[in-house]
Amino acid sequence: MALVLNEEQRLLQDTAKDFFTANAPVEALRTLRDKGDATGYSTELWKTMAELGWAGIILPEAYGGLDFGFMGLGLVLEESGRTLTASPMFSSVVVGASTILLGGSSRQKETLLPEITTGQLTLALALEESHHHRPTTIATRATAEGANYIINGRKTFVLDGHSADKLIVVARTSGEQSESEQGLTLFLVDARAPGISCQRTTMADSRNCANISFDNVIVSAEDAIGEIDAAWPVLEAVLDRARIAIAAEMMGCALEAFDRTVGYLKERVQFDVHIGSFQALQHRAAHMQSEIELCRSVILQALSTVDDSPEQLPLIASLAKAKLNELVKLISNEAVQMHGGIGVTDELEIGFFLKRARVTMQIYGDTGFHKNRYARLCGY
Amino acid sequence: MKQELSLENLDQFREETRAWLEENCPPSQRQPTTPDQQYWGGRRSSFPSEDAKLWFERMRDHGWVVPEWPRAYGGGGHSDLEGKIIKQEMKRIKARAPILSIGIWMLGPALLEYGTEEQKQQHVRAIVNGDIWWCQGYSEPGSGSDLASVQMKAEDMGDHYLVNGSKIWTTKADKADWIFCLVRTDPSVKKQLGISFLLIDMETPGISVTPISLISGESEFCQTFFDNVKVPKNNLIGKLNTGWSIAKALLVHERKLMAEMGSETPRAAIAPNAAAREYLEFENGQIADPQLRGELVDYDMNMHAIGLTHFRTFEERQEKVHSAAAMVMKYVGTEAEKVKSELLLAIMGSQGLGWEGEGFSEEEIDTLRLWAMSKAMTIAGGTSEIQLNVIAKNVLGLPQS
Repeated sequence: MALVLNEEQRLLQDTAKDFFTANAPVEALRTLRDKGDATGYSTELWKTMAELGWAGIILPEAYGGLDFGFMGLGLVLEESGRTLTASPMFSSVVVGASTILLGGSSRQKETLLPEITTGQLTLALALEESHHHRPTTIATRATAEGANYIINGRKTFVLDGHSADKLIVVARTSGEQSESEQGLTLFLVDARAPGISCQRTTMADSRNCANISFDNVIVSAEDAIGEIDAAWPVLEAVLDRARIAIAAEMMGCALEAFDRTVGYLKERVQFDVHIGSFQALQHRAAHMQSEIELCRSVILQALSTVDDSPEQLPLIASLAKAKLNELVKLISNEAVQMHGGIGVTDELEIGFFLKRARVTMQIYGDTGFHKNRYARLCGY
Repeated sequence: MKQELSLENLDQFREETRAWLEENCPPSQRQPTTPDQQYWGGRRSSFPSEDAKLWFERMRDHGWVVPEWPRAYGGGGHSDLEGKIIKQEMKRIKARAPILSIGIWMLGPALLEYGTEEQKQQHVRAIVNGDIWWCQGYSEPGSGSDLASVQMKAEDMGDHYLVNGSKIWTTKADKADWIFCLVRTDPSVKKQLGISFLLIDMETPGISVTPISLISGESEFCQTFFDNVKVPKNNLIGKLNTGWSIAKALLVHERKLMAEMGSETPRAAIAPNAAAREYLEFENGQIADPQLRGELVDYDMNMHAIGLTHFRTFEERQEKVHSAAAMVMKYVGTEAEKVKSELLLAIMGSQGLGWEGEGFSEEEIDTLRLWAMSKAMTIAGGTSEIQLNVIAKNVLGLPQS
């Protein structure tokens, strides 16, 4: 059954919870931030996660993967969302490996996927060009020249872009307009290739992003992923998987912020009583619980849709991202408010959840983007 | 319950169900209708049509009026999963419920759990057969959200109880044959501990009923007065003074029912996105009004999530997994119903404001009436505020104020 976890999945979830709590609590993110870590995540931690098989959790066994499907992936991401763990899991595994898996040639799959699985190779998707998610508005151009393409353009909000070994670049190979699903191509480019300049950006959530520009970067036509001019179906499928996966992480972020807040309502005393006895706060907390329950069903359905009926992805992916955008916004705001003064201090970790929530809300589509898409898919 | 069936057997069961319904459900019983035009059973009832009679009798003889109840009391002896398949298949061909019955929705499950063998034999089969129309006597003029404060007295007179007081919001009490009541049997203890659960025949001398007119123009609720009503002692369900726990169990059924009402409404109500196509301007394939388009997509997304959550709670019951999902459904389901009604009105504009008569279609008038009725959904069966109290206490474990 799709909406209830089986024994194996529950076990995986427990393992993930124990692992992240022990090895990468929120404190670890604070340390990375405070010392201005150059990589932005712990490479040791990522190595251990890869040893646990999580870097290949969605990949077929033929490539050394665990083949646990997105349901398994979602559970691990949810737990990593509870601890706000920084790792290349989303950019490299969910986005990167999915792109190779869905669009790559058998040669690309055979060489790249096993390296991703072992954690040796990290990827990042260079997609966005403006401050809003507009996946078909691509001005970056790749011009054919003999057996090569020359890439020129500028990308922004590239998740893990400063630390990835290779970049998957979305570029326009034909057509005059910059806004079209037609004429797009994906290229796999070495992140250190001549002509690439990478500027790491410091975001609110202390995680890792970059602005990357491409100045006459030469890439072999053989490094195109999938067909020239026809990347959109692959890219859209990858983005829908990514939206669902980030929504699973957001679920963990919301749950942890909520649990901590409810815990605080039970211990904080004002006017000689626990503040959780005030109905004004009880009703807001109960409303959040209701929203959590709805989102829980959406996430489970979305994850199992990837595994069982990917042709139905667009609608459920937009539902999941829009709903979770709203959930993390509601809960992170209420979490700070209900903690009162201490909620706005850097000492308390609740602020980390607030900041991470805001960044995730912009990843691969804000609320308006997905509501608009959902309405279009419904025919209005 | 039967043993869990394998998937192949379930597919086969679905096939058989589909074939049986196809053969036995008259075409006229596959049209949308209003509750007033459906069969409610009872001593004084008549079938709205020959087809309705035929449909009910076929379902009754097949054990499908309540598929999940034991065969010994007229049910079908089916598992929950089979019951769900039957409902799904009925819904697929838009088959009407063969009978609308508060006895089935609310009293029956409580009788099966708390009744004696004799009580089950007497009452459960009569519910399934449509012989008795039940109504509920919970709220009183002075006991709304604070249900445990019921005052209607039942005094032990040796060979009978003597009942005095009144009940309000008794649904269709003017048509009902029997009423199940919460009565005060011990005024000296904590209020929850002095309540009993009593069944009363509405033909007993001393009972009178007054319908209450509502903002929807309907009057399906009544106030029911009890003046020295003598009730046999074997009409008590469960032990004396344990009525509160029975009432709470029954409220769970009521809330679940109300939560699901949106998806199972027998009305000919139009869906908001269908109404949008009929009443709104489109530009380039989109609703031109951004506000209404936004409200519509919010509603559709929320209903999508609610539908998935209904499905999840069902799977959780099957797998005996506990979660808070079932606890929130009355709140989210009835709030969504209100949103839906407001949205329909907004989409229809002035055409959605017709109260009666010329100038409006039946569907438009029905939409307005349902809008007015929807206001009751977040009040009846425990207000939304009571639901939030319950979630805060039972799910979140927050301290009582």
